[in-house]
Formats: sequence, structure tokens, C-alpha cells
Amino acid sequence: MAVTLTDSVLKDIHRRMVRIRRFEETAGKMMENGKIPGALHLYVGEEAVASGVMVHLSNEDQITSTHRGHGHLIAKGGAFDRMFAELYGKSTGYCKGKGGSMHISNLEVGMLGANGIVGGGPPIAMGAAFSNKFRKTKNVACCFFGDGASNEGSFHEAANMAGLYKLPVVFVCENNGYGEYTPQRNHQAIVDVADRAAGYGMPGVVVDGMDAVAVYEAAGEAIARARAGEGPTLLECKTYRYFDHVGVRGMGLTYRTDEELAEWKKRDPIELFEARLQEQKIMSAADIKAVHDQTMAEIDKAIQFAESSPFPDPSAVLEDVYA
Amino acid sequence: MAEAVAVKARTLTYVAAINEAVRIVLQEQPNSFVAGEDVGGAGGVYGYYQGLQKEFGEDRVFDTPISEEGIIGVGVGAGATGCRPVIDLMFMDFMGECMDEIANQLAKMRYMFGGRATLPVTILTMAGAGASLAAQHSQSLEAWLCHLPGVKIAMACDPYDAKGLIISAARDDNPVFVVLNKMSLAMKGEVPEGAYTIPLGKANIVRPGTNYTIVTWGRMVHEAKAAAEKLKAFGIDAEVIDPRTLQPFDTQTVVQSVKKTHRCMIVHEAVRFGGFGGEIASQIQELAFDYLDAPVARVGAPFSPVPFSPALEKHYVPNADSIVAGVKGQLGL
Repeated sequence: MAVTLTDSVLKDIHRRMVRIRRFEETAGKMMENGKIPGALHLYVGEEAVASGVMVHLSNEDQITSTHRGHGHLIAKGGAFDRMFAELYGKSTGYCKGKGGSMHISNLEVGMLGANGIVGGGPPIAMGAAFSNKFRKTKNVACCFFGDGASNEGSFHEAANMAGLYKLPVVFVCENNGYGEYTPQRNHQAIVDVADRAAGYGMPGVVVDGMDAVAVYEAAGEAIARARAGEGPTLLECKTYRYFDHVGVRGMGLTYRTDEELAEWKKRDPIELFEARLQEQKIMSAADIKAVHDQTMAEIDKAIQFAESSPFPDPSAVLEDVYA
Repeated sequence: MAEAVAVKARTLTYVAAINEAVRIVLQEQPNSFVAGEDVGGAGGVYGYYQGLQKEFGEDRVFDTPISEEGIIGVGVGAGATGCRPVIDLMFMDFMGECMDEIANQLAKMRYMFGGRATLPVTILTMAGAGASLAAQHSQSLEAWLCHLPGVKIAMACDPYDAKGLIISAARDDNPVFVVLNKMSLAMKGEVPEGAYTIPLGKANIVRPGTNYTIVTWGRMVHEAKAAAEKLKAFGIDAEVIDPRTLQPFDTQTVVQSVKKTHRCMIVHEAVRFGGFGGEIASQIQELAFDYLDAPVARVGAPFSPVPFSPALEKHYVPNADSIVAGVKGQLGL
């Protein structure tokens, strides 16, 4: 069933975006303070994409994600406490501390995992979409991937098979302009990844990935098409990550300018969206502040949960290798 | 799961046994399907799947593009969401095209997700030299898989094992590779009717013996049996053990045999250097060092790609004579 853009849907999208932003900012600080081990790839700046797509999906619809996967799980309904516990490596985490940031997942909400391999998601999403069709469900799989992953052979194979079999899958390209630290102009000869759709016999659509409503509308159409059995779509969302490839400040590599970042921040997806909500009198400034405050309160509780949770017992290392 | 009791045995070829096994899997598991290159209309390049598309329909037995990473991706994505895929990876050599999907996704998803994903995926693939198919269509790469926690690996030496191991693999809730051998396709053997299973992780003593142990798998089982006959002339009564699965590996059966026989050789068709035989030799010396009367020997292919010319290839692949020569060298006979 198609989702229509009512006030409550707009509020829902807003809430998802705020939850991602606040979670990621907090997680980034904690990583840099040494509280969270390993590497975090943070989603700040790209919130409109996950939120605008996910509002169309149920728990039975699947997604595959990327190394930058927290935002996708939050937008899909992941709980902060289980997520922070996973980032801390605690046994109460979604993956019992065995996956961490790069493999965070929750199959109960249809989230088939962040993925440490660039291009890891497309074959899995295509397989899940095959399963939806094979099992005669009306469910859709959405595959999030980046401009960098669009150069992997795995994307080509998955997109070709999805087009061939008319599978219920939407390939959502989050084109943030960089494959790790390499700008798009240095990693592919095209500007729009969506141009590649023609090669797979599916429509290719480009939208402003900083505009949650634009994402919402384009995703709605693509998902409805997939549900109706009309096959896949390649939906490219032009977006930007505010933080570095890894962490917040990252490794201080000089691969992009402060001016470029400032230019993108002028079109911050959450600020744009909040301005629209106030203009249309859907939410007041106080309503918006309340969403942020509630989110922060929930984050505080989630961190307490994570910090007070036990680490996995060393014996757990050999558990869950086989069913 | 209740086991159907197999009663009548007939003589079937290896190919026919594979076909019968896959048919049983499709019959007993409604969420199973067969996906792979040329498996539908053509019935598989070696005919494993003849007639199955006609019997079960194009939804359940279907051709894929030549896209090995995508094909394994169907297994991973569908396996994690309620299907029980049977995936055909035509030649084992093609693992190079899909190793990320195998090693980083299929093998690890369950563990990375804290045990919350189940991947009941069966992968049928073919190994083996001897048909002048040269370096990219003849390899035995089971050692690549043995290094991956999360997958199981079965090696089918004859028609009986091929059928039983495929059914066992498909009933298992883990990713299981069943490695077939292209030189065994026309081999005939007794195969019971109906469904039967072969436990994954339990070795088969294919020839009992008293004073020597040969551990081997796949087509080399038959070469080892032939070698055992020749070794009688030297007073050697060799026990030939086929582990049937390399992961899980039945260390206990091998070690028990070595404790009895005191001498052991591991034979595999794969390149000897870095092969799985080294792991077995190491386990034997860890667990039965004091019982050994000689260093554990290994026979495998030389450290080169598989050559094309029959003149080269026949010297490349181990056989009964090279096994006998290996034993004589080991024991100074």
C-alpha cells in the first residue's frame, strides 16, 4: 500500500532524521573519546535518504546497508540501546558484540546488515528480492550503496539479475561524491550513477538527497513499482557526508575543502525540513525542540544501558559459527 | 526430521545419483530451488539437472546469467529470508569470481549477526583434473573453503555418497558445499531408492586395514583403494579412510586408526603445498605423536597450475602408482 504524505508522515520522517543525527553525533564523540572501539562510519548529512525511503517500508520489507549503516538501521526501527550496546561490543548488542558498527543488523525489522565490504549489499538485496518473489509475498528489498560501490562488479551482477528477473528491489545510490577519500570525478567517468540503469533495463532516477520530501516521493514511486511486480529501479540521491570517511575529524587527510563542506551545510537536510514544517505550520519550534530533547534523553538512557551491560563471555567466541 | 528408509538399491551413475538427490530435495523442501548457469533448459552442463525444470517448473529450477557473485548472492539473500537455495557453481575454479560472496557474506553472516541469521544454502560444485580442461577448469580448491569458519565442505567420492551428501547438505541449516568430481561422472555404483542421509562430520572407513592408514577424499579414494591392493605385496594392509566432509572433520576416526596402524599418509588431488593434508598431518602429530613409527606422508599434485597436455596431466594427478611410490619412499621400502 502506498504511503501518502500526510502531516503525520512528515513528522515521522523528521523524527527519523533527528534520531539519526543525534545518535551519530553522540557515537562519533564517544569513538573519539575512546569509549567505542574500532571504526565508525557516520551518516551525518545523509539523513534525508534513509528516512525518506524507510518511511515506506514495513518490518517485512528488507534492506541491505553499507559500512555507513547506523542511519539505515535507525530509520528501519533499530533501538538505540541495542545499537549502542553493539557499538560498545557488549553481549546485549544486536549482534551480541560480534558484529560491531560494520555488521550491525536486526533481522526482526528486515535489516540484513551493515556491510564492511563496499558492494557487499547488492547481491544480498537482489537475493532477498528474489526470495520475496519466490515466496509470493508483496515485500520489497531496498539496497543502499554508494557511488563508490557502483563501480564494484557485485553491483553490476546484482542489477543485471534484478532487471532480468524483474525483482522487487530498489537500488538506492547514496552518492555523497566520494568513494572513501576519492572524489567521484576520479573514480568514474559519469556524473549520474542513475545513467547506468539503462544498462539493466530499469528506470534510473536522480533526486536531491538533501530534500527528504523529494526522496520520499521518488522512493514511493520506485517501491510501489517494485511491489506491483514491475521490477527494480535505480534511485540516485545526491547527498554529502559532513564527517570524514571514518569518525568525525577522521585522519585529517586533505581531500576536500572546508568551503565545499560549508556549501553543502547550507542545505542541511534537517534544517531544510524543519523550516518547511514550521512554514506549513505542521510543527512549531517548540515541537521540534521536543523531538530533539526526547531523542537525547533516549540516547542518554541507551548509553547507560550499554555501559552497564556485560561484555560477552570469552567462551562466546566459538558460538554462532554454525547453526 | 523423520528419515525415509531406503530399501532397494540399484546401479546408478554419479550423474544420475546427483539428479535423484536434487529431485528429492525439491520434493521435500517447498522453499528450495535450483539456481545456476545452464541448469534450467539445458539441465546442467553435465546433465545433473536433466528433467528437473520440466518437473518442478521454471520458478524452481532456473538459468542465471554467468554471474557467479550474483548467483551466490541469490543464495545468501534468499537463504537469509526463508528459502533453502540449492546453488550450482559449475566449476570450483569459478570461486575466484564470487569469493567475497562466499568468504565475507555467506560464511560470516550468521556469526557477524550474533547467531540471528540462518543460511541453509547448498552449493554444488565440481572439481578435478584429468579431462584436459587445463588450469582454470580442473582445480581442487577445497582448501580455500576449509579456511573459512561458517561453511561445511563435503567431498563426494561415488554415486552413493553424492546422493546422500547432497540430501544431508540440503537438510542442514548451514551453508554446505558438496564438491563433485568431473572424472567420476560416468562412474556407476549401488544407490538406494528414496531419501537417505550421510552424517556430515563422520568419516567412512572404506577399506579396513591393520598396519597403515591412508586418509583421502573425492576421486582419490578409488586410487587409494587400488594402491592398497598393490601395497599388500609389501606386507602392508592399508586402512583407507574417507572423511567425507573436511569441515566438520572427523579427527577422532583418523587418530584412532593411526594409533592402531602407526603409519599414515594423506592423499589429495589438490596441490600438496598448502593443501588440507598439512592440517591433518599436524593434527595427527598433536594427538598421536607417540604412536607414530614414521613421519606422516602426503601425496598431492605438484606446485604448478594444472597442465593441459594429457602427457603432462597424467603425471600431475596423483594415482595408485604415485601413492605406492610415496609409501615406499616414506618407509624406505
